[in-house]
Amino acid sequence: MNDITKFSVSDLNLFYGSFQALKNINMDIYKGKITAFIGPSGCGKSTFLKTINRMNDLIEGVTINGTVTLDGVDIYKEMDAISLRTRVGMVFQQPNPFPMSIYDNVAYGPRIHGIRKKSTLDEIVEKSLRQAAIWDEVKDKLKKSAQAISGGQQQRICIARTLAIEPEVILMDEPTSALDPISTLKIEDLASELKKDYTIIIVTHNMQQAGRISDKTAFFLTGEVIEYGDTEQIFNKPSNKKTEDYITGRFG
Amino acid sequence: MRQNFIAQLEELNQDVIKMGSILELSTNEMIVALDSFDTKMANEIIDRDDEIDLLEQQIERECINIIAKQQPLASDLRKITSIMKIITDIERIADQCADISEYILKLAAMPKVKAPVHLPDMIEAMKVMVIDTIDSFVESDLEKARKVMDADDVVDAYFTKITGALIEMIQEDSKTAPQGVCYLMIVKYLERMADHATNIAEWNRFSLTGDLTLG
Repeated sequence: MNDITKFSVSDLNLFYGSFQALKNINMDIYKGKITAFIGPSGCGKSTFLKTINRMNDLIEGVTINGTVTLDGVDIYKEMDAISLRTRVGMVFQQPNPFPMSIYDNVAYGPRIHGIRKKSTLDEIVEKSLRQAAIWDEVKDKLKKSAQAISGGQQQRICIARTLAIEPEVILMDEPTSALDPISTLKIEDLASELKKDYTIIIVTHNMQQAGRISDKTAFFLTGEVIEYGDTEQIFNKPSNKKTEDYITGRFG
Repeated sequence: MRQNFIAQLEELNQDVIKMGSILELSTNEMIVALDSFDTKMANEIIDRDDEIDLLEQQIERECINIIAKQQPLASDLRKITSIMKIITDIERIADQCADISEYILKLAAMPKVKAPVHLPDMIEAMKVMVIDTIDSFVESDLEKARKVMDADDVVDAYFTKITGALIEMIQEDSKTAPQGVCYLMIVKYLERMADHATNIAEWNRFSLTGDLTLG
């Protein structure tokens, strides 16, 4: 099967004031794949992730040039941020359920998008919670506060909340860094399951995690993409010395 | 930097070098013992085999520990996985030194016959391969590894030549059959030693380049 390009990034530069955080990024991200961004703190991987759904727009002093297209459409020039984020959901490092019930968390997005009918919302909530592999754990306590469950469960609720608006792409910014190993593996299995229907991009500090779940890996360093390729190749035989030094722990 | 990890890798490397140098010693002594039917030396080689076996087990444990605790990647992963393969071949070559030594003991107890003419050439070719393959590991020398892979055909050719000569010897004088069979076993072991040296060279190449083409 030929890879279908979901995002295409060309000559992307991003400045915070006079500081250049992303330098000439060129990258195609493929549909139905898990792409991992790795690199040391401050390398630009999270900044780049946020650029993909325009979360840097509101930060003062940010200048972005170059192009990012989603299915060939320029996300900065030809799309508004709201419709972009409907198609590109995000899961954050810390589980951030809203202070409301599990049900209302998941139904939040669909309600914003005008869905009011109880039976439709029920269906969406159940489907999303099932997709997020947490339905069996919470089906009898949907009215319970989403903040009163474990961190690993909260993160899966957040993933369900993201899935409820049926995005095409899910961005995950270190989604398991605050979770225990069991919850981490659940999220990883979930990501592998979800890539059948979604394109997933994950930022992770956990190299083994990138190795376990991703199809493609990009290594970032000081705002540049040093190497981008099949995960198998990057982890067995990176072609760049800097990538080799980073993943073998000889860096810094 | 992962100082602890790098120290563990270095220790592992040193243990493989140690195993390699014991193998070189056994190989060299086996050659001398075969030439002079030195039974004392042959027995020493047989006894030394246990030392190699223990080292192999120790290195295996080190490798498994490093994989479990350090989760090595890229060149480190290639190095450790190739070491796990290489030590099996080193152990096999050492076994074959011991096996040949058993036949040296047998030959020493029999009336002497003329050793096959090309035996010293075959031994020399095999010895160079064993030494070069250990060196290619120690020095991370890809060229030496390639040289070893190329040399295997030479040893195979000597094997065919010597086997033919031994058949002729036995046909001419059937009383030489017991010695002839001993030499036949010895050259087969020499041929296998060269094969294992080639395996080691291939794993060295994998470790250095990621090329997993094995012969």
